[in-house]
Amino acid sequence: MPVDAQDLQADRNQEWRNELRGRLSAKERSALPRVRMPELDARERSKDFREVNTGLNEEMAVQEARRCLDCAAPTCISGCPVNINIPGFIKLIEKGDFAAAARKLKETNALPAVCGRVCPQEVQCEANCVYQKMKKPPVAIGYLERFASDCERLAGAVVVPGIGNKNPIRVAAVGSGPASLTFAGQMAKWGHPVTVFEALHELAGVLSYGIPEFRLPKSIVRSEIAYLEAIGVIFERNVIVGKTITIEDMRAQGFQGIFVGSGAGLPKFMHIPGENSIGIYSSNEYLTRVNLMKAYQFPRYDTPIVRGKRVAVIGGGNTAIDSVRTAVRLGADRAMIVYRRSEQEMPARIEEVHHAKEEGVEFLTLTNPIEYIADSEGRVRQMKVQKMGLGAADDSGRRRPLVIAGSEYLIDVDTVVVGVGTDPNPLIPRAIMGLEISKWGTILVNEETMQTAVADIFAGGDIVRGGATVILAMGDGKKAAIAMRDYLLSRSAGS
Amino acid sequence: MNKIVEKEVLSENVVKLVVEAAAISRMQCPGQFVIVRSDEKGERIPLTIADADRENGTITLIIQKVGTSSCKITNLNPGDSLLDVSGPLGRPTHVEKLGTVLACGGGVGIAPLYPIARAFQQAGNRLIAVLGARNRELLILEREMAAFADEMIIMTDDGSYGRKGVITVGIEDVLRREPVHLAVVIGPAVMMKFTALLTRRYDVPTIASLNTIMVDGTGMCGACRVSVGGKTKFVCVDGPEFDAHQIDYDEMIQRLNTYKAEEKISFDGYLQSTS
Repeated sequence: MPVDAQDLQADRNQEWRNELRGRLSAKERSALPRVRMPELDARERSKDFREVNTGLNEEMAVQEARRCLDCAAPTCISGCPVNINIPGFIKLIEKGDFAAAARKLKETNALPAVCGRVCPQEVQCEANCVYQKMKKPPVAIGYLERFASDCERLAGAVVVPGIGNKNPIRVAAVGSGPASLTFAGQMAKWGHPVTVFEALHELAGVLSYGIPEFRLPKSIVRSEIAYLEAIGVIFERNVIVGKTITIEDMRAQGFQGIFVGSGAGLPKFMHIPGENSIGIYSSNEYLTRVNLMKAYQFPRYDTPIVRGKRVAVIGGGNTAIDSVRTAVRLGADRAMIVYRRSEQEMPARIEEVHHAKEEGVEFLTLTNPIEYIADSEGRVRQMKVQKMGLGAADDSGRRRPLVIAGSEYLIDVDTVVVGVGTDPNPLIPRAIMGLEISKWGTILVNEETMQTAVADIFAGGDIVRGGATVILAMGDGKKAAIAMRDYLLSRSAGS
Repeated sequence: MNKIVEKEVLSENVVKLVVEAAAISRMQCPGQFVIVRSDEKGERIPLTIADADRENGTITLIIQKVGTSSCKITNLNPGDSLLDVSGPLGRPTHVEKLGTVLACGGGVGIAPLYPIARAFQQAGNRLIAVLGARNRELLILEREMAAFADEMIIMTDDGSYGRKGVITVGIEDVLRREPVHLAVVIGPAVMMKFTALLTRRYDVPTIASLNTIMVDGTGMCGACRVSVGGKTKFVCVDGPEFDAHQIDYDEMIQRLNTYKAEEKISFDGYLQSTS
């Protein structure tokens, strides 16, 4: 998505910003050390679900903002899927106008408090920071994004931006995860009446059921939703598109553009013997019970969960790490990550792996389960694993794991969480006539516009990507909004 | 919020609720279910749709009291509301004219069987219903089934009504007597297991509708997984109906007991709080 270079330049050439830039030389700025995120002590935090990272204070944030060189041609923005004006908001923090920094974020990002917490900045904006070329740690863009949006929320002064002229054309989003929320926020800002249909009783998709409280407090998610409601987005819970209402019903209700952001719903299992034993969960189920249904507060809440003492989580992604850190908090004596490649190939964020280790999680890498052994009641008691070696690089660029013959051994477990990924939920592809579906079950779209084979239907996030990140889903939602606006304009011009 | 407009106590442990759910009543087909959450702290539990009234925008749920969640729901009264009702979920029953269809219902399983049996009868099949219950008091929907069934056979464990004996006795009488083109069986897992063993001996194609533990009901969690023909299937999106001869009932029965200990803790707490 192109960034308007002229706008960026005009923003940068404001008098206050020129003045601010002149206060310190680039040499002085680059000599400042990168801020460290304050966090709860590992022993203390691993007993409850409080947020681990506690956030920068004002002094730390301003100091970190000073490190940003306010480059004439900022490279960081190219690493951001929603094209945040990064130097723009950081310099407002340096200036001390935190509320303005938050507004700057909201110009392009409907969920900054979420992104500041869960985006993998180390492979996006921060990977493209000019400091990388200087072999210095990048500006902590994510921490600053979180700081600005937290300031605004804590001050209780969330400002609703100007809404474009009222546009009579109604649009809808299917699912209320990050892709749909971004789409909805953008369309609402352009004045479209937007309705978001959510299948569950709670909004925000993976931000609610998937990402745990200790990484993303649900109060933050609720306040981001409240912001979208304030700009006019209507949310309908307990509506399963294709089941409760059809796409034809939606068209008949006047929705002229529909964005499908229904997510990667179907958990993958490994189909090895004993996998249906009691105590073996998909990561989706494990996290949903805890996060959405509050099973960690059982029996105060009715939904139970098996509180294992020896928990193995299979997989190396963020979902697996979230699951194993949840197991620690549910009282596991031994919480293990079992991953078939080495730590280097793990897709999880380094920060999360680091936090997990601090909390006592064991990493059994180059290890793969091949069978589960249950007792007479069907409860899992042991897992048989085999050791793996690494071969040549595969299509993903990572070294392919190879079985080491004769290396099998048993591990005692009473809970297993299978976090090896998800497949797209088939409900929507089954429910909409005319969509083109890949052999993996994802919806095929034009990558520039996110438009599907059905003209009024756009799609993005995991239902298209098959399993990616919050921010990539948000980028899709934004792209789809821009393209849908063009589509609606061309249609109304043609009629 | 879905308001309860009518309540009827069908037996000591079974309650019928008529609930406002306009969109669901319009969309539902025989064989489908809803996910219900009674209150903020409640579980999401699957309940089969026993009937629907499109004109009044209501659905009928028949619930057996077994633990905290079902008791919370059955203790509600007309005017009260369920916090969440979502659906209709699952694939509808494939209904066609086959000849003679045997509808076998055990206990509260008669509730989901009722709309399916009626649909087969309306499609032009000769419909024989075999209903089983522990005793006369626990037999539900007899009158409703009798209204359209071409033949009714009632079995009770204690002989207090109909014939004395387990349901398979009544089923086998029919199988021995005349050709049956399809059997539909819904009830406790053990009853479905033995019915499937029996109909297999007579080479009668049989479908069973399963009610397993679920959370979301849309394919997201996999709590409901069962082995069918050696493959893992999700009851919520692949079912709830499967080839009754292919289901691994023993695994399913074990999985239904996953939270036996927790359910007791929860229910004891609930009974204390309501006493």
